[in-house]
Amino acid sequence: MNAAQEISPVNSSPRRPVDSLDTPVRVSPEGPAPVVAAEPPKLTVKNLDAWYGSNHALHGVNLTVPPRSVMAAIGPSGCGKSTFLRCLNRMHELIPGARAEGTLLIDGQDLLSRDVDPVTLRRRVGMVFQRPNPFPTMSIRDNVAAGLKLNGIPGNHHEIVERTLRQSALWDEVKDRLDASALSLSGGQQQRLCIARALAVQPEVLLMDEPASALDPIATAKIEDLIHELKERYTIVIVTHNMQQAGRVSDQTAFFYMGDLIEVGPTEKIFTNPSEKRTEDYVTGKFG
Amino acid sequence: MNRLRWRKGVDRFWTVVSGVAVLAAVIPLASLLWLVISHGAPGLTAGFFTSLPTPVGEPGGGVGNAIVGTFFMVGIASLFALPVGIGAGIFLAEKGDGKLGSIVRFTAEVLSGVPSIVIGIVAYGLVVSHMKRFSALAGGVALALLMVPSLARSTEEFIRLVPSALREASLALGVPAWKTSLRVILRTAVGGIVTAVLLAVARAAGETAPLLFTALNNQYWNTDPFQPTASLTVQIYNYAISPYDDWHQKAWTAALVLLLLVGLLNLVARFLSRNRLQGAPR
Ligand SMILES: Nc1ncnc2c1ncn2[C@@H]1O[C@H](COP(=O)(O)OP(=O)(O)O)[C@@H](O)[C@H]1O
Ligand SMILES: [Mg+2]
Repeated sequence: MNAAQEISPVNSSPRRPVDSLDTPVRVSPEGPAPVVAAEPPKLTVKNLDAWYGSNHALHGVNLTVPPRSVMAAIGPSGCGKSTFLRCLNRMHELIPGARAEGTLLIDGQDLLSRDVDPVTLRRRVGMVFQRPNPFPTMSIRDNVAAGLKLNGIPGNHHEIVERTLRQSALWDEVKDRLDASALSLSGGQQQRLCIARALAVQPEVLLMDEPASALDPIATAKIEDLIHELKERYTIVIVTHNMQQAGRVSDQTAFFYMGDLIEVGPTEKIFTNPSEKRTEDYVTGKFG
Repeated sequence: MNRLRWRKGVDRFWTVVSGVAVLAAVIPLASLLWLVISHGAPGLTAGFFTSLPTPVGEPGGGVGNAIVGTFFMVGIASLFALPVGIGAGIFLAEKGDGKLGSIVRFTAEVLSGVPSIVIGIVAYGLVVSHMKRFSALAGGVALALLMVPSLARSTEEFIRLVPSALREASLALGVPAWKTSLRVILRTAVGGIVTAVLLAVARAAGETAPLLFTALNNQYWNTDPFQPTASLTVQIYNYAISPYDDWHQKAWTAALVLLLLVGLLNLVARFLSRNRLQGAPR
C-alpha cells in the first residue's frame, strides 16, 4: 500500500461529510464490507517522470486517486501541473521530443505500456482545456456529439446530447438553439459545452486543466458546482492555480513544486495542517 | 521650436512623396480598366457570349466557344490540380517538418517560379508530342502544372492557421490522428481552401502562354478533351495580332469578358475569405 492512499479516504470533502459516506452504493454479495477501504484506487501513478527534450519536467511522482473523487493539482506556474495532467491521457507524448516514463494504472491496468493504444485510452480519460475550444464549424449539437460521430460510436445521439448537456448544466440555456454555432455561446457556456463534449464519449476519468481560469466569477461558480455534481459519477483531476478553488472543489490536493510532487493528502489537511514547510508557505501565500 | 518646424516639414515632404507613389500605382490600373471598358463595351452584346467567331468583315459573331473552352480546360486542370495540390498542402501542414516536407516545399517554390511559357513547352512534350495532336487535355495539363504549387502552399497556410487547440480537443476525445486531420482540421480550414481554389482558377483562366501550343485554338464548339479547343486568352491573342480593325474590336471585348470573369472569381474569393475570418475562433 502506498502512503498516499492511506491518508486519502474516499470523498473526504469537508462540505458534504454525510452523503459522501452514502454515495458508494456498492452492495457486495459478501455482505457490508467497510465501504471506504474496499474501493481500489481509480488511478495509480508510480514513479512518473516526464521530459520535454532534455528538460526534466516531472520527477518521480507517486499518488493515487480514489474513484468518484476530485483531486486538485496546485502549485506555482511552471511547476509541472499541466505536464502531469497531460501524462494521464498521453497527450504529453504528442509534443515533439516529449516523453514520459513510469507506471500509470487505471483500474489496475497499465496505460503507459507500449501495447496500450493511446486512442482507446483517451476515450476512457476525457479532458477539458484551459481555454474553451469548441469546434467552430459545428453546431452546439454536433459539438457535443463530435466524439461519438468522429469515433463512429453508435447509439441514440440525440438522447446522449440531451443527457450530457443536462449533466453539464447547459441544457436549459441551449435547448432552443441546438443548431446554432458553438461560437454563439459565451465563454462560460462554451466551457460547459466542452465538458459536455468530453462526457458524451462516457469517460471514466475527467481531466481539467484550469477549466475556469479564462472565465468570469459567475461562470467559474457554475463550473465549480458542476464539478461537485460530476464527481458522483466520474473521477476528476483538476489543475488550478487558484487555491480557494482547490479548497472548494477537491477531496484531495496535490502540491507540485518545480517538477516534484511535494505533498498529497486530503484537501483539508493540505490547507490547514500540511506536513511540508514548502506546502505551508505556498498555501499561506508566502510565495507563488 | 525650429526643430519642430523642421520635423513638420519633413513630415509634409514624405506625405507628398507617398501620395505621389500611390498615384503612380493607381493611375496605370485605372487607365487599364478604362481602356478595356471603353474599347470593349461597344462590342458587348448578348450574342458575343453565345455565338461562334465569324470570319473577317462578317458582322456579329462572338467568343461563345472560347468561353466554354476556357471553363472546360480550367475544369480539366482542376481535376488534376485540386487533388494533387490540396493533398500536397495537407501533407506539408501535417507532416511537412521533415526532410521530405522541405523537398516538396522547395519543389513547389521552384515550380511556381517557372515562366508559364516553359510550363507550356513541358505540357507539349508530355502530352502533345505523344498524342500527336493539340488538345484540351494538353491545355488542362499545362494549367494544372501552374495551379498545383500555389494550391499546395495556400492549402498548407490555411491548415496551419487552424488553432492547435482544436487538434488537441479532437485527439483528447480519442479520435485518431488521421481522422482528426481530415474531419476537424481540414473541415475548419475548408473556407480558406475554397478561396485558394478560386484564386488559382482565376489565375489559370487568365493564362495564354501555356495554351498556345497545347490546346491551340478551334473555330467551333468543342467539348472533346482530345480535340484542339478555343480559349478566351488565345482568342484575344489571335484577334489582337491580326491586321483587321474588326478583330481588334473583338479582342477588346473579349478582354473585357475575361476581366469580368476573373474579377468575379476574385470577388467571390474575397467575400468567402472575409466571411471565414469573421467566424474564426480567437
Ligand atoms: N510544450 C513544451 N515544450 C517544452 N517545455 C515545456 C512545454 N510545456 C511545458 N514545458 C516546461 O515544462 C515545465 C512544466 O510546465 P507546465 O506543466 O506547463 O507547468 P504548469 O502547468 O504547472 O504551469 C516548465 O518548465 C515548462 O517550461
Ligand atoms: Mg498549466
